Amino acid sequence: MPARETQDGPTLRVKINERPARVAPGTTLFALRDAHKPGADVVIRNGFACARDEAAQEGDQIVLIRRGEIPPREELEALMVARHGPGVHEKVKRARVGIAGCGGLGSAVATALARTGVGTLVLADFDVVEPSNLNRQQFFVDQLGRLKVEALGENLRRMNPYVRIEGHAVRLTRESIPEVFAGCDALAECFDDPAMKRAMTLAVRARMRATPLVTVSGIAGVGPANAIRTRRVFENVWLVGDGSSAARPGFGLLAPRVAVAAGHQANVILKVLLGEGDGVDEVDEVDGMDKVGEMDEGKDGNQA
Amino acid sequence: MEIKLNGEKRQVAEGATIGRLLQDLGLENRNLAVEYNGDFLEDAAIEGQAIRAGDTLEIVRFVGGG
Repeated sequence: MPARETQDGPTLRVKINERPARVAPGTTLFALRDAHKPGADVVIRNGFACARDEAAQEGDQIVLIRRGEIPPREELEALMVARHGPGVHEKVKRARVGIAGCGGLGSAVATALARTGVGTLVLADFDVVEPSNLNRQQFFVDQLGRLKVEALGENLRRMNPYVRIEGHAVRLTRESIPEVFAGCDALAECFDDPAMKRAMTLAVRARMRATPLVTVSGIAGVGPANAIRTRRVFENVWLVGDGSSAARPGFGLLAPRVAVAAGHQANVILKVLLGEGDGVDEVDEVDGMDKVGEMDEGKDGNQA
Repeated sequence: MEIKLNGEKRQVAEGATIGRLLQDLGLENRNLAVEYNGDFLEDAAIEGQAIRAGDTLEIVRFVGGG
């Protein structure tokens, strides 16, 4: 039983590492640290690191960190539930998502989904990390020459050690796509080669008609980010991009638009996993600029 | 006659084929995914497919980059 906590008498309601707790008035932050995570190096209250010991206040959000320690699964899940809501977390945790190609799009889609807590990611790519990839792909200089599926898996586990990763270091074909991604709840087409982009759409339309696929066409250069849109093109296929900006010599892929497109992909996949529809047609109904003043700024919503 | 192309109404000449329409649209018959009244067309079938009034066509062109 942690020191100086009680169910009797007046109590303060606080959250310690996202879990609700009741503490006696006058309990200090460092006493809570010693009771809940002895030896923690960092005490954060309501988004600010505390150098001095002070009494906890009603409603405080207290985060205790031991540097270098990987929090246990339950603790990281509690963090995600607190951010996303329990309904979201349970659904994404059960999901299995396939990512075809682990370059600029694939590494960014995988990053977004791993951080969101998707349970299983199936990664496929035959390629290795090259210097020319580093301008936009989520790899590090010390990973040059390594298989992308291995390097990406390693990076994803550093973001979320509890995501399950299945890596396939293979060159996908129209025939093998349904086998490699069998059992997936949603798919992201993240190839560079337009012939493979097409092959994936055809494979999914022919043999995976119940599986949502989000594919991409037209993201090169530094054209307007707002020209990158999502459209539902076939029953179970969404298309992201401006539709025309092909990558070619002198007109390459740059990190910002690749990230915009990958964000579109991950968001459609997330919405589909949550059973909320694709959200594509909602855009016209939202006048974001007018809504800004009405937005509820949660205490922790603006820390990141 | 009127057809629906990528969700929007479009007039095409009587007797048109998908191959002719692709020419008019300036789309090479490469890296396209074409659905004709809800069915996928393989490459060999695209060129000569006749278009009739009221048909629904969805044409997706894939360009490189990822």
